[in-house]
Amino acid sequence: MVRYVQEFHNAAAARGLLAAIERITSRPLNLMEVCGTHTVAIFRHGIRQLLPPPLSMLSGPGCPVCVTTNADIDKAIALAEQPGVTLTTFGDMMKVPGSRQSLQQVKADGSDVRVVYSPRDAVCLARDNPRRPVVFLAVGFETTAPTIAAALLEAEALGLKNFYLISVHKLIPPAMRALLDAREVRIDGFICPGHVSVVIGSQPYQFIPQQYGVPCVITGFEPLDILQGIEMLLRQIAEGRAGVEIQYRRGVRPEGNPLARELVSRVFETSDAHWRGLGCIPGSGLKLRPEYKRFDAEEAFAINPPPAKEHKGCLCGDILRGVKTPPECPLFAKTCTPERPVGPCMVSSEGTCAGWYQYGSS
Amino acid sequence: MCLAIPARVIKVGEQSLGLVEMGGVVREASFMLLPDVRLGDYVLLHAGYALQKVDEAEAEETLRLLAEMAEAGRAEA
Ligand code: SF4
Repeated sequence: MVRYVQEFHNAAAARGLLAAIERITSRPLNLMEVCGTHTVAIFRHGIRQLLPPPLSMLSGPGCPVCVTTNADIDKAIALAEQPGVTLTTFGDMMKVPGSRQSLQQVKADGSDVRVVYSPRDAVCLARDNPRRPVVFLAVGFETTAPTIAAALLEAEALGLKNFYLISVHKLIPPAMRALLDAREVRIDGFICPGHVSVVIGSQPYQFIPQQYGVPCVITGFEPLDILQGIEMLLRQIAEGRAGVEIQYRRGVRPEGNPLARELVSRVFETSDAHWRGLGCIPGSGLKLRPEYKRFDAEEAFAINPPPAKEHKGCLCGDILRGVKTPPECPLFAKTCTPERPVGPCMVSSEGTCAGWYQYGSS
Repeated sequence: MCLAIPARVIKVGEQSLGLVEMGGVVREASFMLLPDVRLGDYVLLHAGYALQKVDEAEAEETLRLLAEMAEAGRAEA
């Protein structure tokens, strides 16, 4: 295994952490992991089952694929269907059902839809095919936004006239505020996303302990990281403290990556954004600045997708807010499976429904 | 989707581009977001871009704490 991975899988240390967790858990507590990558890791390593029963892990809205609305997917599909256009995006987006179709389906029907590993690949594709408009469907949180900003700046430096973005970026701290304000579930502590924090650092979460009294621990993704993150949260709770602590110190500096943030704010400005399940959250999106509007796919192409509609019976919205768990959805594992997903929470490998389906849970 | 993987820098080339290696797989990477990388550094790679250096001293410190936990774990077992 890769260095900095296998060392964080030691069974004896896990037992020690679990014993410590057991010792300091005295009452029922709800801890929320905001990030979909945590959700998968928690399932894959069976962490839920190892924790003492009073501790509940809630999954939050932290999968960029899952929180993308049908309307935004419909828009991407409408662009992919424009004659001569190549639509590129990350692999995770292909199977997500929009109101009527997924990108995979329109590709099967003949549209040029391609999966890229990096937004740079989309820029290179545009460079090598100067007559073909190449649109990149840009999804992702603060982790991914800098890579897209960097790719866009490269496209600008290359003088490309055929590269465009659909920006459906979302920002995590405003969504955490929205969850806290909604008060639908009690959240006693947040496992904050490690790789979002690699970019933003610890400062943007400070309002959570300060205004809501809820402790936060920025946590890594290996099993020992997660257990240590939980233990650090429980210690804050037991000692009556609330602050933002960093468990994932090998990756996260308190100041984050200032250059990455600077590139993001050179290209994008914050905007209100629609989240599946959470509705419109002020200041939680990123749109291109006026100076970069010529890269905006929606400005460049006149698209007019039919009004979006929701999937009947799908509870993804409640699941993304931590209000319901997948088995409470009547479609779960019946009409809705990873092979034939009804909602994005089942499609995305980081979706909560997919995690419950694949790994089961207590 | 926010996965970033520790990768070792094996080449730093022109225009912020280079190569990284992870578990035997070699990939092109952009260092545009992390210009001061050096050969041999471990970086967190996401969507083809290095986002941050892995801080080796901090990693050691976390592992030291975890080793203490492992001792405690053995004592309990
Ligand atoms: S199980 Fe399927 S239908 Fe039910 S909430 Fe999850 S994704 Fe939606």
